[in-house]
Amino acid sequence: MLEIKALTCGYQGKFFLQNINLKIDHQELVGIIGPNGSGKTTLLRAITRIIKPQKGGIFLEGKDIWLLPLKEMAQKVAVVSQNLPVDYLTVEEFVLLGRIPHFGRFQFLETKKDVEVTENALKLTGIFSLRNQCLSEISEGERQLAFIARALAQEPKLLLLDEPTAHLDIAHQIEVLNLIKRLNRALGLTVIIVLHDLNLASEYCQRLVLLKGGKVFKNGLPEEVLTYQVIEEVYNTVVVVEKNPLSSRPLVLLVSGDIKKEEYERNHYDNWR
Amino acid sequence: MRAKIGKWTIWILALSGTLISVSIFALAVGSTSIPFTEIVEVIFKGKGTIGHSILFDLRLPRIVLGFAIGGGLSLAGVILQGMFRNPLVEPYTLGISGGAALGVCLNIVLRLPDKIGIISFPLFGFLGAILVITIIYLLSIKRGILRIPTLLLTGVMVSFIASSLIMLAMAITRTEDLHGIVFWIMGSLAEADWWLIKAMVLVSIISMVISYFFSLDLNALSLGEEEAMHLGLNIEKSKRLLFLISALLTGCSVSIGGIIGFVGLLVPHFMRMLVGSDHRILLIASFLGGGAFLILCDTLARTIISPLELPVGVITGIIGGILFIYALTKKEMMFWGK
Repeated sequence: MLEIKALTCGYQGKFFLQNINLKIDHQELVGIIGPNGSGKTTLLRAITRIIKPQKGGIFLEGKDIWLLPLKEMAQKVAVVSQNLPVDYLTVEEFVLLGRIPHFGRFQFLETKKDVEVTENALKLTGIFSLRNQCLSEISEGERQLAFIARALAQEPKLLLLDEPTAHLDIAHQIEVLNLIKRLNRALGLTVIIVLHDLNLASEYCQRLVLLKGGKVFKNGLPEEVLTYQVIEEVYNTVVVVEKNPLSSRPLVLLVSGDIKKEEYERNHYDNWR
Repeated sequence: MRAKIGKWTIWILALSGTLISVSIFALAVGSTSIPFTEIVEVIFKGKGTIGHSILFDLRLPRIVLGFAIGGGLSLAGVILQGMFRNPLVEPYTLGISGGAALGVCLNIVLRLPDKIGIISFPLFGFLGAILVITIIYLLSIKRGILRIPTLLLTGVMVSFIASSLIMLAMAITRTEDLHGIVFWIMGSLAEADWWLIKAMVLVSIISMVISYFFSLDLNALSLGEEEAMHLGLNIEKSKRLLFLISALLTGCSVSIGGIIGFVGLLVPHFMRMLVGSDHRILLIASFLGGGAFLILCDTLARTIISPLELPVGVITGIIGGILFIYALTKKEMMFWGK
């Protein structure tokens, strides 16, 4: 689906991402994690052609994205960004904007199909009943769902999300991620999702890509990436990694500064024996 | 969907109706008032009567020009507001009108109309406007230096510099040219050349048609430039063309009617409240509404202290300036966020 080959890019001469190699298959749900400033959002921006690669390239279904027409690209790749300044639109008007890539040059009005696809997107995300409300009137969680609905209106094959759970309470975090997983399974969408929360990433993603200082530090199953050695090295923070008793995915626990790690380990292993 | 088209059609019809009634009103009133029934009579009598020449030589050109300039400035306002995602920017507040005025003034001082004909007016207006717009474009968009408050301040400063330079030009110019500058600077729709009026109408209508093809780009731009790119639009290309159109509209308007401020702020503001922020209707509504608005202002300007005349810029400046301050202090009117 998407292949990133030896990608080096950055802002105004400074290199931010260095020699990134990444392959994402059809229908995968891949999480991108890493500390602040490790290049997660930059990687998304490179995939969406906001930043031009200095070296290497990005290939969508085998074709260099910089050789694809913008419009064709927007029919295949949709992005859910953070914080859009769009308070004055109604939910439906906002989601309809996602149909723009499918408009012809001399087409000004939505066709029947555009309206149908939009309605579907609203129903899939469960905000159909809110369609006539202003974006400023709905809650943060509902706004996030509206952003996803707009991306779905593009009928993409690849969906990119930049921290869709930021500023949400746990119920809305789960709601948003359940939706994304459902879309991945039911519609066969390939999903790349940038997440800050390691436990959410562990629960929902099939594969994790851990970035550090603009490089891929680790790439693999959640069990392989989320070990305490790796996390401590990348984040410089003491953590304990357990298993979620229900899903048996890795569960990262934070430890406050006063509790010495050695102490914990000793007690831990004592109990074990 | 059908409801939306229906609503839009009604707005277009209503605004066209307003435009036509305002035009008829403007034909009828003045220092010699000619009631509507007489207008029909005069038209049938044909040329030669005093009524005929008042209607067709004095009032009609002003009405046509009012429509073209009012519509053009409002259109430029909507386009600029869409690109900067802020309802306070427009040709006047960004200093584009000032730049155009300086261009036209230079043109008068250098006596270019005698050499290359009357086309030098819109030409130099356009050059002045494009100069300011290029500066704004390079500073704000390419390098991301200017935030909106800085942008507006820069606009005011550019206007100041331009008006100082205009005064300088007036101070060193010959007396016989002075009259031309003063007359034109007042901002008035009176005694414009028919050829220029026709050119202005053409520029306005063509700009309207071209910018309509970018109505979806403008809609997408309200989400931010990156989002618009995510929606598959070639934003850089559209922006360059839209800037060019705004410069053309402003330059031509200023070169013919002088500085008429705030039309591009007032009209789109009220149209947004009436028809919403979808550019597919907002562009047309502002164009029609702007035409009607300026015709009305001009009619007021020439009747309020009749037989004397006020420059029309005085009226739009007073109404627009007050609204601008009001909008600045009211947060919820800044519909485009920060």
